[in-house]
Amino acid sequence: MPKQLPVAEPLDTYTLNMGPQHPSTHGVLRMRLTLRGEQIVVAEPVIGYSHRAHEKMAENRTYAQFLPNTSRQDYLSGMIYNFAWVEAVEKFAGIAVPERALVARVILAEFNRISSHLLWIGAFLMDLGAPTPFLYCWDDREAILFLLESVTGSRLTYCSGRFGGLNRDLDADFPRRAREVLSKLKARWDEYERLIEDNVIFRSRAIGVGILTRDQCLSYGVTGPTLRGSGVPYDVRKAEPYGAYPRFEFDVPTRSEGDVLARYVVRVLEMKQSVRIIEQALEALPAGPILTPDSIGVKKRLKLPVGTQYYAVESARGHYGILLVSEGGTEPYRAKFRTPSYPNLAVLGDVMPGNYVADAVAVLGSVDLVMPEVDR
Amino acid sequence: MSVLHHLLAAVLGDFLASLVLGVVFLMGFLTFNVLFLIWLERKVAGHIQRRLGPMEVGPHGALQTVADMLKLLSKELFTPVAADRYTYLLAPILVFMPTLCVASLIPVGDAAAFAEMPYGLIVITALSGLTVISIFMAGWSSNNKYAVLGGLRSVAQVVAYEIPVLLSALSVVLIAQTLDLQRFGDTRSWPHLFGLPLPYVVVEPVAAVIFLIGITAETNRAPFDIPEAESELVGGFHTEYSGMRFAMFFFAEYTNMMVLGALGATLFLGGWKGPLLPGWLWIMLKAYAVIVVMMWARWTFPRLRFDQLMSFAWKLLIPLALANLVVTALVLGAIA
Repeated sequence: MPKQLPVAEPLDTYTLNMGPQHPSTHGVLRMRLTLRGEQIVVAEPVIGYSHRAHEKMAENRTYAQFLPNTSRQDYLSGMIYNFAWVEAVEKFAGIAVPERALVARVILAEFNRISSHLLWIGAFLMDLGAPTPFLYCWDDREAILFLLESVTGSRLTYCSGRFGGLNRDLDADFPRRAREVLSKLKARWDEYERLIEDNVIFRSRAIGVGILTRDQCLSYGVTGPTLRGSGVPYDVRKAEPYGAYPRFEFDVPTRSEGDVLARYVVRVLEMKQSVRIIEQALEALPAGPILTPDSIGVKKRLKLPVGTQYYAVESARGHYGILLVSEGGTEPYRAKFRTPSYPNLAVLGDVMPGNYVADAVAVLGSVDLVMPEVDR
Repeated sequence: MSVLHHLLAAVLGDFLASLVLGVVFLMGFLTFNVLFLIWLERKVAGHIQRRLGPMEVGPHGALQTVADMLKLLSKELFTPVAADRYTYLLAPILVFMPTLCVASLIPVGDAAAFAEMPYGLIVITALSGLTVISIFMAGWSSNNKYAVLGGLRSVAQVVAYEIPVLLSALSVVLIAQTLDLQRFGDTRSWPHLFGLPLPYVVVEPVAAVIFLIGITAETNRAPFDIPEAESELVGGFHTEYSGMRFAMFFFAEYTNMMVLGALGATLFLGGWKGPLLPGWLWIMLKAYAVIVVMMWARWTFPRLRFDQLMSFAWKLLIPLALANLVVTALVLGAIA
């Protein structure tokens, strides 16, 4: 049911249809804004323009056949989504994963998280009207994509996870190249801080704008950096550790302000934590096979035991969950994906009223939406 | 030039011949200048963003803007059905006029401006305020909510920022004791240091900064580009314009930059005066220096929010410019 619009007084308010084709709705979001002057009275997100029925598709494919779909739900952190599916199936089927693959997954997923956050910083600053940081971030992101491409063969929609490991081993030179990328990134933090965080205009646009309270976040189910920007230290990697994450030391950065700046700072700090995780993982990367010898290849038909199970990971946007209902067949009876951007978007209807149109763009940008992931 | 003038004068008479030649020369010059400025902007942006900018068409991409112009010329001229047709068609034509008039008033040599006037500065201030009318016409007649918002923002912005521009110009006028732009080049009234004449920016740095901020806002350039903020208002006032009509707005923006940059150079940087090089080259170089600073700002800063923009003008710039004017007057009075 669409939210009931309050009755607008004639000539007092008007409706502005922002999107689905608009430079800063990040794909195909449509915001139906009721405005008084430039002030927002009601903001109503309308979604579904990028619905591809991933959940239905999952019911009609074997577990392996669905692999390429996963990274297309969130094309900016596809690696994490791909591994989530693989790990969920492994867990339910009881497939053992070699140590090397577990650690390699952490490395690749964290690199993917950094690239996603970098893109977000660029796109967000673009929303605020600064085009230059965008290219700086893409420059750095490109180094990461190049590195990931050398391992997986793809730049965005990765499909390197296999039930029982990875499809290809990290080559002997990989740690050196990875460290090179990390040192390039670390050399940039100061520059970003000077260019973006210290900028007077950026601060005036970001401080105290679009405040999400802790209660709002919790009642809507907001997760990820958006939630951590409102002071809740919830991170699936800590709360329900999975994969090789418990072995590595890292902090969950939080900010209590809940405004646009807090969400920005949390993401920047998170990238630094990801760098920390990757450094430890590169040290700890064991030798050995990357794929378990008794792996079910993509050609063979894997059957899961009867039952309902849930598996969650921390994607770049928040809590990503996979609910799998199996009736013992080669295809899931039902697959439900809990994508983080959906509640993160839903809460905005509460935050937008009272802000200006320019702020609406800033707030929308600050929650890091990926529309294909909202619609699935 | 003079041969052409004689030929034309035989047909049209002396006055009309000068007028036609002047307008044709000025428009031709400004058009090529805009092509160069757009190329320069893209190069500046490119190098700020760690890339090369246009490189493919011509040496270092010098012909890129020509190619873009040809592309725009070949585009369909689209008119929305619900548009206020005549206003819609008139706006891109009118937007060019005030800038052209102002350009003819900028002196480029000891006795060379296309039109000389003893009250040149007042005329320029009056004329440069007219650009906003055509911008508002464009926004209003497009019958598009984004365009209307852009037009409304533009009016409020230009009205607010004209005041500090005028006030900061006035403080230089107080020192120069003239409103005739030609006489701003009179080095005898410049401030002197060890017998060396120095441009007015040395004694009026605050006014110069306010002037720079003001003209950046008046030309709708980032960080004050809210009338066409593409991440909020899609295209702002020119959302519904296509092809050459859009290009006219684009042209007007860059011409405006050039003219206001030249005005700033005349007021604060000593105009066409300078050693060795001819006057027209000096004023161009100085104007380009001002423009490059504007480009630098555009590719560095995020955009201000509308209410922040207004309070910046009314609560900070205007009081500051007023205070600067009063201080200038007091100091001048004390010296006298």
